[in-house]
Amino acid sequence: MNAPANLKYTKSDEWFDPASGAMGLSDYAQSQLSDIVFLEIVVDVGDTIQAGTAIASVESVKASAETYAAAGGKVVAVNKALMEKPETLNSDPYGAGWMVKLEGGEPGDVMDAAAYEKYCAERAH
Amino acid sequence: MTYIPISPRERDAMLETIGVKTLDDLFKDVPARHRFPSLHLPPALTEMEAATELADVSANNENVRSDLISFLGAGAYNHYIPSVVDHVLRRGEFYTAYTPYQPEISQGTLQGIFEYQSLVAALTGMDVSNASHYDGATAAAEAVNMAVAQFRGKRKKLVIAPTVHPQYRAVIRTYTQGMDLQVVGDDPRTDLEAGPSDLASLVDDQTMLVIVQYPDFFGRVYDYTDLIAKAHARGSLVCVVANPTALALFKTPGEMDADIVVGDGQPLGIPMWFGGPSLGFFTTKKAYVHKMAGRLVGETVDARGQRAYVLTLTAREQHIKRERATSNICTNEGLLALAAAVYLSVLGKTGLQQVATLCYQKAHYAARQLSKISGMGLCFTDPFFHEFALCLGRPAEEVNAHLLEHGILGGYDLGQDYPSLKDHLLIAVTEMNTREEIDALVEVLSEVDHG
Amino acid sequence: MVNISETPAKALSARVVEPTLFDLSSPGRTGVTFPEPDVPCEDLPAGLLRKDLPLPELAEVDVIRHYMHLSTFNYSVDGGFYPLGSCTMKYNPKINEDTCRLPGFLYTHPLQPIETVQGNLALMYQLQEWLKEISGFAAVTLQPAAGAHGEFTGVLIMRAYHNSRGDLKRTKMLIPDSAHGTNPASAGIQGLQIVQIPSDPRGNVDLEALKAACDDTVLGMMLTNPNTLGLFDEHIEEVIRIVHESGGLMYGDGANLNALLGIVQPGVVGFDVMHFNLHKTFSVPHGGGGPGCGPVGVAAHLADFLPAPLVGIVEEGDDETPPLFGFITPAKSIGRMKAFHGHFGGGMVRAYTYIAMHGAEGLKDIAQYAVLNANYLLARLRSTYHVPFDRICMHEFVAEGRFEGSDVRALDIAKRLMDYKFHPPTNYFPLIVHEALMIEPTETENKDTLDLFADALIKIAAEARTQPELLHNAPSTTQFGRMDEVKAARELVLCCWLPEDYARYA
Repeated sequence: MNAPANLKYTKSDEWFDPASGAMGLSDYAQSQLSDIVFLEIVVDVGDTIQAGTAIASVESVKASAETYAAAGGKVVAVNKALMEKPETLNSDPYGAGWMVKLEGGEPGDVMDAAAYEKYCAERAH
Repeated sequence: MTYIPISPRERDAMLETIGVKTLDDLFKDVPARHRFPSLHLPPALTEMEAATELADVSANNENVRSDLISFLGAGAYNHYIPSVVDHVLRRGEFYTAYTPYQPEISQGTLQGIFEYQSLVAALTGMDVSNASHYDGATAAAEAVNMAVAQFRGKRKKLVIAPTVHPQYRAVIRTYTQGMDLQVVGDDPRTDLEAGPSDLASLVDDQTMLVIVQYPDFFGRVYDYTDLIAKAHARGSLVCVVANPTALALFKTPGEMDADIVVGDGQPLGIPMWFGGPSLGFFTTKKAYVHKMAGRLVGETVDARGQRAYVLTLTAREQHIKRERATSNICTNEGLLALAAAVYLSVLGKTGLQQVATLCYQKAHYAARQLSKISGMGLCFTDPFFHEFALCLGRPAEEVNAHLLEHGILGGYDLGQDYPSLKDHLLIAVTEMNTREEIDALVEVLSEVDHG
Repeated sequence: MVNISETPAKALSARVVEPTLFDLSSPGRTGVTFPEPDVPCEDLPAGLLRKDLPLPELAEVDVIRHYMHLSTFNYSVDGGFYPLGSCTMKYNPKINEDTCRLPGFLYTHPLQPIETVQGNLALMYQLQEWLKEISGFAAVTLQPAAGAHGEFTGVLIMRAYHNSRGDLKRTKMLIPDSAHGTNPASAGIQGLQIVQIPSDPRGNVDLEALKAACDDTVLGMMLTNPNTLGLFDEHIEEVIRIVHESGGLMYGDGANLNALLGIVQPGVVGFDVMHFNLHKTFSVPHGGGGPGCGPVGVAAHLADFLPAPLVGIVEEGDDETPPLFGFITPAKSIGRMKAFHGHFGGGMVRAYTYIAMHGAEGLKDIAQYAVLNANYLLARLRSTYHVPFDRICMHEFVAEGRFEGSDVRALDIAKRLMDYKFHPPTNYFPLIVHEALMIEPTETENKDTLDLFADALIKIAAEARTQPELLHNAPSTTQFGRMDEVKAARELVLCCWLPEDYARYA
């Protein structure tokens, strides 16, 4: 599994990029969900959200999950194109798979990549 | 023990393998003071006795095939069911199978449902159908749940035409209690002459769903195209509750751009069975498929390259989504969806058009003849399908009692639900009613007038 | 006639085993037709008509052959052992198929005057009474259509009860981690907050966790007992006491009632509400997914909240005349759950027949032999498959479908069982057991069948070690292999149509 060092991660498997304000679902999460077939982002541009707010609902062939905001702030962009091609969450979770972008995003309870990798490894057993 | 295939010797061997002495020893976790109550039930019947008893119970009803001539509809209709339908349903391969969770050994059920979905989509003019709901009323209530989910609870207003079946409106009220919705239009005291355009005035930017019936509860057929366009202009969804037989003749709700089309499948080869089970069909546009409740069968291929079918988009459903699911439906009406599919396939285009045409012509003949009786008349002038409201000029209850004395099951007493329609009957006529029966109805009602 | 090779390219991407009704259609063919109108006809209202009715055109023999072919693709209880945990796939007595099709049942309209349907109403009344006696509840509604519909009904009743007492702060529903998905969904769709209660190491409700969750915001608890591990909660009275002391109500999920017939009455133990699954416990066939029938029983303090209408005696009888049965509306009814009276013909008549043919002793036999069969299979399998909560079980038990050092999963074992001509157990449920295989044999299987099934599972365990590819590639002897579920979900082909150039064949 892959966890870029420049990102922050939550225990519920979301990532947040402090540089761009983007957030999404981690590589670990997409591999656990397997083939994602549906994504609904439930926040709109202009919304102010808190870290921990539900921002999206994801369904795969076998599972479903809620995605929570890894940071709080004002939503300045929503990746509508991703909703049309939710399988992008599997193929490019940290790139084209971003869900929303925040302005002045304040991270919630997040960890760095090394801690997150350790956290994922523990759960694999 | 007719249905328990274990001999005393086998039982003892099994108990020994388990390591207990008696069957009762298996229940030690049950609190002793409540264990093994004596139930006060009648002594067990043999099959022969049960067959006789049930035949007696059945005979203690007056049925509409041999005892009564029926003009009663109001949501359940006396249609002819071709023999083929029950011959298919009686196959143990279909009726003793479970929900097709193991597709490798359930392709019969899966292809059957896929074809049901296809037939219902074709009939309603919609993109997709699910594998069924419990009945028309609960399907309509699920349409409300879907609209709530579609707007994520941000829109709170539900517009229901007063001419939607009273029991469907009641079920929607039950389902939505505690959901903090504003329900408007659902008022039987409003002007029932009003057409769909009056309903449009109730739709605003907070409206999530408009529900109308087609034909409406009084049998009237309206083109809802304008209403739907006006609702769409306000961002609302529109659900049409449709009678499937009528759809053989009339413009489809799909063509009118309805977002959801639901209804009761009982007219499609399912006996009235004193009201159930029947099936609720539910169709929508492809754009809303992920918000639709219930099981859904999709086409795929198996590992050997064969065309095959599976339950798909299952992550919407309760067994995966649990408390986040928009519906709790699990068991549906699988076998009756099969009945509807067999009915539609064996009637096909020609047969279903014949049935609908017979219903239409016989109902219109009945309406013409009945309105000739002095003091009686049709309540509404709009086009209708196979039901119409008849003004009697005297209490409906009295008239129905008189009809029953002549072996005729009269219409539905509309005064029960609509204060302005006391002294009105809703008369239903299907292909099962002969001209002689209709003439008999007219004759007995003429006597009422003179009596 | 339509030749498969002439249908659109889409169909050619896969080998067609049985064409669809639409593939088989040929313009101008007719099946069942109807008489010419015997009344003078008028013109149809031109502006309101549909342009085309794109339904298949087939003869009756085409239809029968099609469905006979499809039937051969199905596994069924009539065809073999179906040990699907939590589904109670017992034999469906054939007499039920005849009784539910008697003309007085088939051809009565739900809105007929009650005087003309006294047979139906008497049957419903009697069934209400029998279910009350079997379960120990004070009142029963037959209206709910299925188990989940019964749960929905029950939760509405529980909330209405608290609301009627002005107790509006109860918004939490306690649900064990082993529960069926319908439980949290039934509470969730009503906006309740779900609090998950863990299980203890013996598979019971964890009492400490339960106590910690109980306060004056608890609406109630939904508990399946025996639970989905097949275990009767060893502290059931304590669980109920704790919930009641917090002011909450106790909901019983009756999915597993087959184990309790004549063994214990849930209403007497202290449950306030429970749904029955007539399609599990009382032999109503599952029909490939329904229809079911999900009556709800309630204790006396909830009887006024039941959905309307119920069947009651509206005029007492005497020595010469039977009572008159009719419909009654409870005083504080939550309303109507569906149109008309519930699943009368397909559900209630079959269940009535079944109970009438069993009596008190026969019902107890059902539970005892269901539990005997489950424990026998457990005894035969426990040395081969790990059973995480291993004690005397009720009607079912849950084993793990995985082996140390093997990449074989429960799914592989399930699929391999098909090669041995068995329907697999439920897998991946309950969620608290890894790689769960949930096995419910029911009382209607003989020892020979159980032995063959146990032998097959033991052999499969050996194959998992020596030839795992047999399991990974299973099933190989069935008519269809494993499915491409990703393709189905991504491409979403949810219906078929007549070919675009259909008219060409006319």
